[in-house]
Amino acid sequence: MEFDINKIREDFPILNRKVNGYPFVYLDNAATSQKPKTVIDSLVDYYSNYNSNIHRGVHTVSQEATDAYESARQSIQTHFNAKYSHEIIFTSGTTHSINLVANGFQSLLNSGDEIIISGLEHHSNIVPWQMMCEKNGALIKVIPMQESGELNFSVFEKLLSNKTKLVFVNHISNALGIINPIKKIIDKAHEFGAVVLVDGAQASSHLKTNLQELNVDFYTTSAHKLCGPTGVGMLYGKEKWLKKMPPYQGGGEMISSVTFEKTTYAELPHKFEAGTPNIAGVIGFGEAINYLNKIGFDHIKNHETSLLKYATKKLKTIPNLKIYGDSLNKTSVISFNVGEIHAYDIGSILDKFGIAVRTGQHCAQPIMDYYNISGTVRVSFSFYNTTKEIDHLYKSLLQAITMLS
Amino acid sequence: MTIKEIQDEIVEEFSLFENWMERYEYMIELGKTIELISPSNKTDSNLIKGCQSKLWLHAEVLEGKVFYTTDSEAIITKGIAAILLRAFSNQTPLDIINSDVKYIDEIGLKEHLSPTRANGLVSMLRQIKYYALAFSKKE
Repeated sequence: MEFDINKIREDFPILNRKVNGYPFVYLDNAATSQKPKTVIDSLVDYYSNYNSNIHRGVHTVSQEATDAYESARQSIQTHFNAKYSHEIIFTSGTTHSINLVANGFQSLLNSGDEIIISGLEHHSNIVPWQMMCEKNGALIKVIPMQESGELNFSVFEKLLSNKTKLVFVNHISNALGIINPIKKIIDKAHEFGAVVLVDGAQASSHLKTNLQELNVDFYTTSAHKLCGPTGVGMLYGKEKWLKKMPPYQGGGEMISSVTFEKTTYAELPHKFEAGTPNIAGVIGFGEAINYLNKIGFDHIKNHETSLLKYATKKLKTIPNLKIYGDSLNKTSVISFNVGEIHAYDIGSILDKFGIAVRTGQHCAQPIMDYYNISGTVRVSFSFYNTTKEIDHLYKSLLQAITMLS
Repeated sequence: MTIKEIQDEIVEEFSLFENWMERYEYMIELGKTIELISPSNKTDSNLIKGCQSKLWLHAEVLEGKVFYTTDSEAIITKGIAAILLRAFSNQTPLDIINSDVKYIDEIGLKEHLSPTRANGLVSMLRQIKYYALAFSKKE
């Protein structure tokens, strides 16, 4: 399929609206992506035509819902190249997925064991491990970041030892967009027998991840970052680890037999999908994956890279504008400040011009502390953004700077 | 002047502007003329919670009237704070308690006083009223 930006934009109903009298320019894609009509339609279709609970009905409509739900799992398995479809566990999103693993490893780690976390982590990736360590006495070590926003790999190598049981890194930093060298990190960690969890929330909309090739032990993502609905995501885990981990929540679906003496847990993936899942969300998630694959990740990458280059070049002409994480090895995210102007002020004025950006700490206070700043303005592009929108950003930003100086 | 009179005056000033850009520029100007909180009162206990930029508020009573001082790292937040304090500072606790902020809607800056906006101004307004309430009990 050819990449026709005008045609693609027609797929997204929200891109037609106006905000504060201007055409809506959505540059907050790292927070959440917009939804194409086909995903929205899949939700409406499910609720209009085959809404039923799954896996336990003898009736036709329940079977249709179950088929659609499991077919989404297969689409996602194929997309990420997982070995088995039961290695894909549906969760409410990345945060839930990480908590599921942290909870599972609580009983698998002992006092004195160590886990390594990257210094680029989102809050949600730090807190569950701190909670886990409080319970089992394991210790957290942090891979420091460098001025470029990249992780210091040589320090990571020194942190590794036979005490290291777990390593957690994000595939792509949400605040800066830096792509971490996860293949190198996974291989090195495996030399010490450590398990690796990669948070792919920021990566999945930009690149196609091959889980078997990466040989990663756990990988997570959220559907809403990749054109899917909110409130649904996945945890991929290698079968052997998912079998070792105890279930996270008790409830329906996750059991195979219950007596008052003993409950036998269901097979994967149901062991980790207690209760009625987000059926519509999962179906929408599958539809989003299919949609992105139809567009093609090569096209997505090419277009986003050209947007990033175009915007970076333009923004760098603005006096006193400083870009954080100015590495070439990143996705279409630009995090910046202009002189002493507060990010909140810039974001507020851009909003008046119909431009949606993110301001603040981006849930990554350690990164902000590193640069000794209270926050940044973050613009993040998606494949449906255009250079024309970047021109509007540039002009509006100049106006904002004049007003705020 | 009463709170209502000052509010009406502010509404009149803003009615001269034709678009949001002029209103914002004026609001930013007002922020620059504000009586700033003294550095010794820029304490953590005077920080307003819930904002992306730091926002401080201090209050004291002089001859039965409440005087507020403020400062913020963000100048838009400071501008709105200035518009609030112009109406509420140098007034009696009872008048402050019994007043409203409809004038903020009328001057087209309503979005800044939305409870979901992370600028702390709603918390600041609440704090302005709390101080007034506390001072009214002391009298």
